[in-house]
Amino acid sequence: MNRSGRGTTWRRIATGALGIVLLCAAWELYKLLGPADGVVVGGLTILPRTSDLAMPHLWTMAERVLEPVTGASNAVPMWEAVLQASLFTLGISAVGWLVGVSVGLALALLMQRFRLAEQAVLPWVILSQTVPLIAIAPLVRRWGAQIHFGEFTWENWMSVAMIASYLAFFPVSVGALRGLSSPDAAHVDLMRCYSVGWWKTLWRLRLPASVGYLLPALRLAAASAVIGAVVAEVSIGLRGGIGRLIVEYAGAAGGDPGKPWAPIFGSVLVGLVAAGFVGLIGLFLRRFRRGEVPA
Amino acid sequence: MRSQSTESESSATDAAALRATDAAGPRATDAAADDAVKNATSSGATDGHRAVDVQGVSRVFSGRKGASVTALDDVSLTVAPGEFVSLIGPSGCGKSTLLRLIADLDEPTAGQIQVFGKTARQARIDQAYGIAFQQAGLLPWRTVSGNIDLPLELHRVNKAARKARAAELLELVGLSDFAAHYPDQLSGGMQQRVAIARSLAESPSLLLMDEPFGALDEMTRERMQNELVRICGETGAAVVFVTHSIPEAVFLADRVVVMSPRPGRIRDILSVKLGDTGERGENLREEESFFHAVSQVRELLHGESPNSESPNSESPNGVRGVETR
Repeated sequence: MNRSGRGTTWRRIATGALGIVLLCAAWELYKLLGPADGVVVGGLTILPRTSDLAMPHLWTMAERVLEPVTGASNAVPMWEAVLQASLFTLGISAVGWLVGVSVGLALALLMQRFRLAEQAVLPWVILSQTVPLIAIAPLVRRWGAQIHFGEFTWENWMSVAMIASYLAFFPVSVGALRGLSSPDAAHVDLMRCYSVGWWKTLWRLRLPASVGYLLPALRLAAASAVIGAVVAEVSIGLRGGIGRLIVEYAGAAGGDPGKPWAPIFGSVLVGLVAAGFVGLIGLFLRRFRRGEVPA
Repeated sequence: MRSQSTESESSATDAAALRATDAAGPRATDAAADDAVKNATSSGATDGHRAVDVQGVSRVFSGRKGASVTALDDVSLTVAPGEFVSLIGPSGCGKSTLLRLIADLDEPTAGQIQVFGKTARQARIDQAYGIAFQQAGLLPWRTVSGNIDLPLELHRVNKAARKARAAELLELVGLSDFAAHYPDQLSGGMQQRVAIARSLAESPSLLLMDEPFGALDEMTRERMQNELVRICGETGAAVVFVTHSIPEAVFLADRVVVMSPRPGRIRDILSVKLGDTGERGENLREEESFFHAVSQVRELLHGESPNSESPNSESPNGVRGVETR
């Protein structure tokens, strides 16, 4: 059983790597064989031009990452700048994720406990996700700027984290609500027979039963938090993060086609680290993910 | 010196105890002790109360648009301590509803239910009964022994006592080798045995079972029935057992309660008592009396009129829901 388990793990890693290799090959192959002006159907470009400007070689991108950011003598290497920005964004995303997960769980508990709360809150939870981020970012920033308690002043990065959490709480609240309501009627009856209260039932039955629903929700929340942070950095105009870098370097695309790709890879890295962290949580909770064979 | 003297003292008392036993005769004392144990387990906690006392209970489920379904209509039933009672009837006769009412998982629309002289609610709070459902309902993230000691853990029994009790119960249901397994590693029959062990965890004087073997294949089912008879003999608990298998009801029970649907009523109560609990074995299934009881129950179930004349039935007048025992 162990051996086959390890075998499938290796196969999964190999399949994943193969996917990346195929993507790279497709990129280079199209660049090599595709028409110089791209594929145009009825005046609409459906595949890009294959010039070095529009589609730089993979190795151009890789080389560019190792070179300094600018021609200035004190410029740091590109990878260092991108890594720094990635860490900055990762930190903000993590704060947003934590806040979002806490709020999402709290809402799910409230909705599970009180039916009325479910009817009152759930539509708003769903509606909240239809508001475009671009619209709320300036609002959050303006409201935040008015917050002062003593030593504490609201900073722009907090607005970004706030918006990241705004995206992150949604999957958690919906997933956790489903998970908390997932125990069989027989299990709930059993807890009633043992005459234990709501909190004990929550701790011994509902929370463990919700793990299977919660983990995908947490992963989705992590991805949403990263996207939220990147987009919010841009719309709030916060410096230091990967979102800002993406906008900044995009301007250099004309003369330096490899440059805009570096922060894009950076943001992919942030997303991977976030997803990997949730995977780690899942590893610790794997006892709660055993499927029950119905009797 | 000192230790020697205490040792001789203790051996002297032992000798005295032995003499006393001799005087009374070892066999007599053993039998007396056995009786004492039996009383303690089967009725000691009950103080002469009936295990279950259902009086004129009705349960009406109100549906949408004012349509209501009468699941139970004026049902009365008593179960003596240590007695095994089967509830049998077609779907919709309210047998599971009756069990849920006794367990206080639901409340009657009318009538009264007492369990060991207490209200059903108080009995539930006092953990007067153990319960098992058709689905084993084990928590998949707990091991077999973890599932068995769940009620003990919830009621703050200390760890050593929990461990000892779980080991004892695993022994009782013959799963000692599977203590560390998870439910998904067990067959359906084994899962159900774990569920039964769990229902016995707090040594209840009453077991409520809702078709616990309903999802098992026939072979496993018969083996589980044999085991249940043995377990009940060892624990001395009263049992209310819901089933829709006639042989199962007859084999297990002291009395079979035959119910009829729409509205759910008790059609008749048949005393079978084919042998003392613990003495009933595999060969009982081959005996004439067994087949006789099975056909009696079958006639009662299929009889259109509740007044159908069944020769050995306890209520030849067909007074519904009334025991004439």
